[in-house]
Amino acid sequence: MSVHIESPPAELAPRPLGGNAARIGRAAVRRAPGPGVAAIYLSLIVLVPLGTLFSNAFTGGFSTMWAEITNRQTVASIRLVLLCSLAVVVVNTVLGTVVAWQLVRDRFVLNRLISAVVDLPFALPTIVAGVTLLSLYGPGSPFHLNAAFSRWSILLALSFVTLPFSVRSVQPVLAALDRETEEAAASLGASTLTTFRRITLPSLAPALLTGAGLAFARALGEYGSISLISGNVPFKTEVASVRIYGLIESNNLPAAAATSLALSVITILVLTVFSFLRRRFVLKEASG
Amino acid sequence: MLATGTAMIGGALPASAASAPSGTVNLVAYSVPSPAYAVQIKAFNKTKQGKNVTFSQSYGPSGSQAKAIVAGQPADVVNFASATDMETLLAANLVAPNWAFDPTTKGMVTDSVVVLVVPKGNPDHVKTWADLSKPGVRIFTPNPFSSGSARWNIMAAYGAELKLGKSTAQAQSYLGQLLKNTVVQSSSAANELQAFLADEGSNKSDVFLDYESDAIQAIHAGTQISYVVPKQTILIENPIAVTTDAKNPTAAKAFVNYLLSAPAQKEWAKLGYRPVLPSVAAATKKSFPQPAQLFTIASFGGWDQVNNEFFSTSSSSPGIVTKIESNLGQTT
Repeated sequence: MSVHIESPPAELAPRPLGGNAARIGRAAVRRAPGPGVAAIYLSLIVLVPLGTLFSNAFTGGFSTMWAEITNRQTVASIRLVLLCSLAVVVVNTVLGTVVAWQLVRDRFVLNRLISAVVDLPFALPTIVAGVTLLSLYGPGSPFHLNAAFSRWSILLALSFVTLPFSVRSVQPVLAALDRETEEAAASLGASTLTTFRRITLPSLAPALLTGAGLAFARALGEYGSISLISGNVPFKTEVASVRIYGLIESNNLPAAAATSLALSVITILVLTVFSFLRRRFVLKEASG
Repeated sequence: MLATGTAMIGGALPASAASAPSGTVNLVAYSVPSPAYAVQIKAFNKTKQGKNVTFSQSYGPSGSQAKAIVAGQPADVVNFASATDMETLLAANLVAPNWAFDPTTKGMVTDSVVVLVVPKGNPDHVKTWADLSKPGVRIFTPNPFSSGSARWNIMAAYGAELKLGKSTAQAQSYLGQLLKNTVVQSSSAANELQAFLADEGSNKSDVFLDYESDAIQAIHAGTQISYVVPKQTILIENPIAVTTDAKNPTAAKAFVNYLLSAPAQKEWAKLGYRPVLPSVAAATKKSFPQPAQLFTIASFGGWDQVNNEFFSTSSSSPGIVTKIESNLGQTT
């Protein structure tokens, strides 16, 4: 039912292969099992299930499906998770880069610990994240920060589960970045901010967009952590995934499939935009 | 059927060992009684009938479990939160049409009632359903579209209003007030309890609609709550059956018979469930206050009708509760 359809980030490799490396790469491809295995695997794991989902959504005809998608409660739940996901992606792209910077550029004694902590949201079952966040930022909060059962809690839960995407996409690129260019810019009198904006940021942009895309897709489908902390009140704090779960449990599979379809289409559209922006940056980098 | 256990008492040892059921029983049940089954299975394994039987147990949301069985999950014994899920199996011919025909138990293994769970000591003096619709009261009840237990809660509130002499229109408007006061609608009763416990420390006007058995178990586990059995409430009935395609029907039947026997029913009572066996119910009635006006889901025409009339999510003909929640959305 979830909608993570992003391909693995291609530009995690620090720089494009050229010359001999490219030839070796092509030779390796010839010896690889070939496109058949990739196509079969992709079909079994992704394409067929998604196709089934789409056909389920259309069981009652287009008008029924459209009626389910435009159901006010469904629209409210999709709009809520969409806005929250976009907000979280913006925040995590900025702060995730700060964390990645800390890990790569600062020789801080606790970096190993921070590095381990960054991956924790990946490893933790999200329902556990929900329980933890509820006890820390709920009514009994030791910091007197009560976000539970409000829209703030959705932002909190989504920030938690998507942080690793932002950090881990940027980190290797940042580590592989040629620091001489930055030093050259600095020696020519550019301020730290100008150096970052003109030199570092353009190189990081494709990775930032990859991280943002992954984080966005992940956020849109998130269920476990939100279901416990948000309160799930329709029209107020009910997100699409929780709505879909309710529809399934109510035996209304066509409505659940229609909602999932809408969510998938939105995800694909947003990811396409991210991918388009990324390509533009890569081309600009290559030509510049 | 209940007599099979006693038939072999005088028999020679090898003979009784040979006729005692053995093998594995696949038990598929809703999540709530999972700790209770740990106790019951241990006790069953100490009986003559049960000593050679092993168990494979699966627990999850009641509706999901029923769907999984229809999709092919092996199940010898099934125990659900409500008869709705038994209907799902019946439609797939996975339980016998007469599963609910036993005159004493009517196909149920345990009963409970919907109660009002409040912070320990009941600081807000919640006693009646009318107390729940007051402004400022924070109601906790799981989402009725994803949780079977929430449907019991809603029907308890609705039926209570009818018992109090209200019209159906007034009862529906009461549901509107109740849902307006609802601050959390988790996907399951277990999640809802976590949310309630997190909240009750700072908010004293919290009321959580839940099974009496859940409340008793939570208190046994040391949580700081009290509960009130309202004068009008619904009888929750948890059905059990041996499936028609059970791989091990002999052992499965022996286990169900044991669960309905006096010793097992006493154990259920200790764990907070209302026994279905009249003799045990009479012996344990001090632990379970009898509501003055108790009603069943049958008084609304049974689950099939209730699900259609109250909880249908169809966009063309939404149920009463679906419409109420939708209207609440309009005002926010």
